[in-house]
Order: sequence, then structure tokens, then C-alpha cells
Amino acid sequence: MGSFLFDFFAIFTVICAVGTVVNKNAVNAAMCFLLCLVGVAGLFVQLDAYLLAFLLLLVYAGAVVALFLFIIMLLDVQGKSAVSFKRLSTVAAVIAAGLLAVGLCSFATRGHLDAPNPNYASGVGAALKPYAYQLFTTYLLPVQIMGFLLLIAMLGVIVLSKKVEPTEAAK
Amino acid sequence: MIHAGLNTYVLLSALLFAIGFFGVLLRKNTLVIFMGLELMLVASTLALVAFSRFNGTLDGNVFVFFILTIAAAEVAVGLAIIVALFRSRRTVQVDELNALKH
Repeated sequence: MGSFLFDFFAIFTVICAVGTVVNKNAVNAAMCFLLCLVGVAGLFVQLDAYLLAFLLLLVYAGAVVALFLFIIMLLDVQGKSAVSFKRLSTVAAVIAAGLLAVGLCSFATRGHLDAPNPNYASGVGAALKPYAYQLFTTYLLPVQIMGFLLLIAMLGVIVLSKKVEPTEAAK
Repeated sequence: MIHAGLNTYVLLSALLFAIGFFGVLLRKNTLVIFMGLELMLVASTLALVAFSRFNGTLDGNVFVFFILTIAAAEVAVGLAIIVALFRSRRTVQVDELNALKH
């Protein structure tokens, strides 16, 4: 049963990711991205990271994808895509594709990561208390920096989206 | 109970990362390129959670926590930049945003 769930979520996630990348319409791409995130959240649940699965759905699916959809509708971009591949970028893409394919194949066939049997290791990501303990002891400085970064990002967005008024001198 | 091995999770994460990478490389629409970037971030979080679970530590999960925060801030700033760009140039196709090229 668990193996079937893993296969289902893995295939679902990959199909939706491909749909995100190849879809001509930006709204459909955003919807595929949403489904892909749901698949990743399912995989997180199977790894006992319930809090992260919940946060992924809340932050990504709830806020980020909604923001994407708002912007797509605000800009109202028509999906005209006159695909004209430049020679240089095509060569670069082919080389990158070859390298990635070779890397994935060699990892799939010969890669072996030593790991203890996870069924004996405790699912530490399952409860909320260890997170809070770690965040406010070991990772206290990153948490502070993160808060400051969010503040700066908010100020940056406000400055970027402000209408530029002509100055008195320009008038 | 965990049924899939660590190799499988890391392979899946690499595959997702590759798909996002090709989205960034081949698409012309700035918004879809941005979605490809987000896809790459999510793929890396999947690998971190898998490593964390298989080693019985919490550090990977905490890092995913931080990555989620960074990604939210990044999306807000990036989309604001795209909107500002659209206001001045009337397009979001990267082919036509070539003012620095000439």
C-alpha cells in the first residue's frame, strides 16, 4: 500500500512538473504547478514531515501560486510564442541535456547512498515541538536574519510597485 | 514505514530539478521561467527532507523551513520586478527585453 502511494505521488508529481514547463498557456502552467506541489506535499507526508507538507500547501499553494495567478491575470499576457531558437542557446541546451541525462542514468544505475534503515530511525519531523526547540536554540540567528530579510523584501516590493510621480523639477 | 529507498527519493528530486532547469532554459515567458525556478527550489527541498528522514535528524527539515521563507520573499520581489518591467516595456517575453544587449 505504501509503495503504491509512493509510486502514485512520484509519477503524478513528475507529470505535473512536465505540464508546468511545456504548457503554452501561463494559467494552465500555474495550475499544473499547483498540482505538482500537492504531489510533493504527499511525498513529504510519506517522509513523516507532516508540518512541512502542511506549510508547503499553505505557503506555496496558498500564497505563491495565488500570487502568480493574480499577476498573470493582471498582465493579461496572450500566449503568443514565436519559438525561434537561437543557435548558441540551442547548443547550450543540448549539451546541458546530455550532461543531465548521463548524470541521472549513472546515478540511477550505479548510485548507492548508504543510509540506516529508516524504520529504526525515529520520525523526528513528525512532531511540532522539536522544530520549535531547534528554531529557537540552534537556529536562532538564521531566524532573526530571516525576519529582517522578510522586512527588507516587503519594503522592496512597496518601492518597486509605487507609481513614479514626476518631480517638481520635471514639471 | 518507509517503502522507497533514499536513492529513489534523490533520483526523483534530481528529475524534478532537471525539469525545472529546462523550463528556465527553454521558455521565453518570464512568468513560466519563474515557475521553473520555483520548481527547482521545491525539488531541492524534497532531497533535504529525504536525507533528514533517513538519517533521523531534524536539520534538513529546518533548512526546508528556511527555504520556504526565502522562496516566498523571492516570489514577491520577483513578481514586483516583472510587473514594473511590464509597465515600462509592455511585454514579458525575454526575447524582447534586450535593452542591455545593444
